[in-house]
Amino acid sequence: MSMRIPKGGRLLDRGRRLGFSFDGRRFQGLAGDTLASALLANGQLLMGRSFKYHRPRSVLASGAEEPNALFGIGEGAFHTPNLPATMLPLDDGLRAESQNRWPGLKLDVGALNSALSPLFPAGFYYKTFMKPRFAWEALFEPVIRRAAGLGKPPRAPDPERYEHLYLHVDLLIVGGGIAGLRAAQIAAASGLRVVLAEQSHFWGGRAPVDGAQINGAPADEWINQTLQALEKAPNVTLLQDCTVSGVYDHGYVLMEQRLGGAGGQGGTPGRLRERLWKLRARRIITATGALERPLAFAGNDVPGVMLASAVRDYLENWAVAVGRKVLIVTNNDSAYRTALALEQAGLEVPAVLDARARADGPLPQQARKRGITVLTGRAIAAVKGRGRVKAVQLCRQDGSGDVLETIPCDAVAMSGGFSPVVHLWSHCGGKLLWDEAQAHFRPDPERPPRGADGAGFVIPAGSASGPMSTPEVLADAERAAARALAELGAKKTARAAPAKAEPEPEEPPLAVWVMPEQAPSKARAKMWLDFQNDVKVSDIELAAREGYESVEHTKRYTTVGMATDQGKLSNINALGVLSQALGSEPPKVGTTTFRPPYTPLSIGAIAGEARGDLFQPLRKTAMHEWHEAHGAHWEPVGQWRRPYCYCRPGESHADAVIREVQNTRNALGLLDASTLGKIIVRGPDAGRFMDMLYTNMMSTLPIGRCRYGLMCNENGFLMDDGVVVRLDEETWLCHTTTGGAEHVHGWMEDWLQCEWWTWKVFTANVTEQFAQIAVVGPNARKLLQRLSDTDLSAEALPFMHFTEAEVASIPARIYRISFSGELSYEIAVPAGRGLKLWEALMEAGRDLGIMPYGTEALHVLRAEKGFIMIGDETDGTVIPQDLGLDWAISKKKADFLGKRGQMRPEMQRPDRWRLVGLETLDGSVLPDCAYALGEGRNGFGQKRSIGRVTSSYYSPTLGRGIALGLVERGPERMGEVLMFPANNGTSSVIPARICDPVFYDPAGEKQNV
Amino acid sequence: MSDGQKEEGALQIRRLHGQGMVLLRADPKEEKLAPALKAVCGAAMPAKRRIAAGSKGRQLAWMSPDEWLLLCTSEEAPDLAAKLSRRLRGCHHLVLDVSDMRALFALEGRLWREALARLSPADLSPAVLGPGEMRRTRVGQAAAAFWESAPGEARLVCFRSVADYMEALLENAASSANAEELGLFAG
Repeated sequence: MSMRIPKGGRLLDRGRRLGFSFDGRRFQGLAGDTLASALLANGQLLMGRSFKYHRPRSVLASGAEEPNALFGIGEGAFHTPNLPATMLPLDDGLRAESQNRWPGLKLDVGALNSALSPLFPAGFYYKTFMKPRFAWEALFEPVIRRAAGLGKPPRAPDPERYEHLYLHVDLLIVGGGIAGLRAAQIAAASGLRVVLAEQSHFWGGRAPVDGAQINGAPADEWINQTLQALEKAPNVTLLQDCTVSGVYDHGYVLMEQRLGGAGGQGGTPGRLRERLWKLRARRIITATGALERPLAFAGNDVPGVMLASAVRDYLENWAVAVGRKVLIVTNNDSAYRTALALEQAGLEVPAVLDARARADGPLPQQARKRGITVLTGRAIAAVKGRGRVKAVQLCRQDGSGDVLETIPCDAVAMSGGFSPVVHLWSHCGGKLLWDEAQAHFRPDPERPPRGADGAGFVIPAGSASGPMSTPEVLADAERAAARALAELGAKKTARAAPAKAEPEPEEPPLAVWVMPEQAPSKARAKMWLDFQNDVKVSDIELAAREGYESVEHTKRYTTVGMATDQGKLSNINALGVLSQALGSEPPKVGTTTFRPPYTPLSIGAIAGEARGDLFQPLRKTAMHEWHEAHGAHWEPVGQWRRPYCYCRPGESHADAVIREVQNTRNALGLLDASTLGKIIVRGPDAGRFMDMLYTNMMSTLPIGRCRYGLMCNENGFLMDDGVVVRLDEETWLCHTTTGGAEHVHGWMEDWLQCEWWTWKVFTANVTEQFAQIAVVGPNARKLLQRLSDTDLSAEALPFMHFTEAEVASIPARIYRISFSGELSYEIAVPAGRGLKLWEALMEAGRDLGIMPYGTEALHVLRAEKGFIMIGDETDGTVIPQDLGLDWAISKKKADFLGKRGQMRPEMQRPDRWRLVGLETLDGSVLPDCAYALGEGRNGFGQKRSIGRVTSSYYSPTLGRGIALGLVERGPERMGEVLMFPANNGTSSVIPARICDPVFYDPAGEKQNV
Repeated sequence: MSDGQKEEGALQIRRLHGQGMVLLRADPKEEKLAPALKAVCGAAMPAKRRIAAGSKGRQLAWMSPDEWLLLCTSEEAPDLAAKLSRRLRGCHHLVLDVSDMRALFALEGRLWREALARLSPADLSPAVLGPGEMRRTRVGQAAAAFWESAPGEARLVCFRSVADYMEALLENAASSANAEELGLFAG
């Protein structure tokens, strides 16, 4: 029975009681508790169930490495799943729910899996669900997902806030234990910009719990003094509850800081819940400490079996005894501290089982002196008890598990030695050394992660770099700080006050991967390595027998280390077991890759402010508000919003489009064309440059004239199109597609800067400088002439010419170009006056039948004319020749981008799919993107297709469906009827006849007036 | 926090109008360049990442190794652009009045650095981004540039199409900054 003991608890405020609930039951804890310590103090050992077998589980550790005690915290929209109880400071009113159980924690149906565990070996999913294939999605996956899975996501949007914060610093120190504090103390005096981040809610790390003495006093005193001094230092920022999640190239660091309680309990709308720090640090000291490893013995997952260091933490920090009778099992000296602490607190320690043949260091001797039974060469054969520890059967470590004795106890403290936390060192490529004496991996100082200057930018300090005793840890931190300061060129070197500690000699541990050494296979199937994912010694050994040699493959096959705790406690043990099974050694097998994040990041923290209105920038033209006010139904085009159509009250989108098309053909339409890209190209070499960019000749375009042009990439594929305008001798204006503006500008600069840097050409993307309005329809000239004194007659401003004029007293450029087949002008004015012009046009055109039209009407108008649209008729594999645009490809030019690509045999093939018009025999509208069925089957056994629909609309002008499509040898097959599958779930087909792609006014009479 | 509760010195965001801008691209080695800019703007050529003060409130910002931005009133922009182009006649250049291309914001209050640190990866410490320094960078998900215009005050420009997004973004960051001062740029 775990319980609170009356005295002690260095982190507790015994005067403040906090109420909280767990699965609906009410409990009380104390200020300073974590959820884990408070549950243990209330005798609540059972905290969850394992992922695969639903085994009852309690807390195993006391920090971020906890695999078992994961909870859903908070209710409704405030709910957050999968939070480790060990990292949650208790708050008044906290509501915790256990996970992974149904219907209840005590009675769990899924525990049946445990009885069937021989049926769930390593690679179970891969082996079982290979065939039949459909059964995986239909049957196995849903069932497995319901039975497994951890917490549930909340059902409503999170009402709390998250934010990002960028900071550039000289030095980041990760870890607020004595090593981190010591390094910060030294760095503070240098005047450099320093951040010290601690993941937990308290400072000092393990040292105070382990009884460290600094400057002749308990470590707590030195820690408090140091903290007080650091708080006053203006160049040091201290961050608590702040987990460094990842270290990336160029000293970029991601840190998640949990505010106002380390997990969120009740929840307050609008409260800032987490801050994601995005740091640039010139140097990073990782003082991340070490994690104790579990031991692999049968029944090591039974509630009541814990890490020895955690047992000590709960006792010293929170005055919690995990049991009245605690057996210790170890392979090293440090666990004796747990024995001594328990004995000191008046609890019973029936024995220390030490796997080593001898244990004569100062700590074991002290234990013996205090009357604690120390049994060397001993191991645990089995833990008795199911919901909790009842007794332990012991055996020889070097035997096969013959039981020598059964010792009744209600908890077991285990220690398999300590592994430095090397994650952050490793994220960016820091390499590891196998330390034979300590049986652990530690950073190899010769092979650090290197920055752009070739120097290592991460420096490990304290236990994270190997040393485990107080004086060595402090000395190592001093070395690390001195190195960082020297490399950062710190000028001031005020000496920090000394921090001295007495030696704490310990005898070396014994590497123990399986306990006992010759354990039978039945026992190995009860030895847990990965507690969260239920991976046991037997699973790793099975993988090895099945031929898995690589640790990375074994990880994925068995899922070891793949749970939310990312194998902080399991990876090294699994590696030890694997290397033994392979008859190899740990350094030869190597570790799996350490990747960010160190602990899971919340989605809210990643999103930051990017939600709701701030989710993405929404680009608006100068007339956006007008469109909004006049019924615009929006279509996203890149980050722009463009009106798809303007709906009148009670009008459907389809009806609005029909009205807009007909009105534009018969009277007058207005289109906001501001989003089209506008790029100025100027210079003595601009003509030459334009001739390279476009497939047709642009250098010869006369001043005052417009020309439609095509742009291809190096492979010859059509990339963008638009109207080019010759503004003056040296200046061209290139119109691009809406989505292509930034890309085309970047493309131009790329060629100018990287290939043709001697050419005298400057470009500028002036898309945003201008509002552009298309005035389209038979009444277009009449309208403009009302607002402008400049002669806009067919003679003065012929088709494909432009002029500068005032329209509605606004200086404008008027381009006589048409994407609709109608008499049409595009008018560009400074964006700030775009709305004024739009309103003036609307007003002056009222009696001419003016109506705005949207992008869908624009599409229909151009499709009726057979004009192609980048992104509809092109998809990155289409060359201009496929679209019948040979006329726009210069035969005279020596070169242009894409010319060579278009000469390749694949592009010259006579049976390429080419542009045609398609008209259904019954006048219906073909499904967009439908494929034309051919004869026979292709190499994959699929029905052969011989073409596809690229654009398909109802044409209000013709009163029938029209489509453009790419068809094998299309233009050679005029009049042929193709079959297209109907998109209605049946096998019926729609016959459509191949026709000319220009459906309307093929002679171009309407635009040429 | 409602307007009525705004503390003394709290950061405020204001959208400004009437800013003129003239874009210039030229070879920095061109001899006519510095005298032309001096004559038109009254400012010396700004060094990399700098913004220089000129006469009559005009400013000249370094945009890239061969691009500068002249800040003036929107009324005088067409004129200054023409003048500049005239003075550069004979040397390859590009001058454009781009006064309508961008939106301008004032960030007023000493916490402007802490607000922008929530949105921009640029180093906002006074030692790096002091007076006369302009940073072209990212703010939220949009391109922007900002500089300290006076003690405790900054100016920010972005493209006009994202002005509403930028305003909402800045307001949001300002309310966070006003709610809790972190003291990151005090020293």
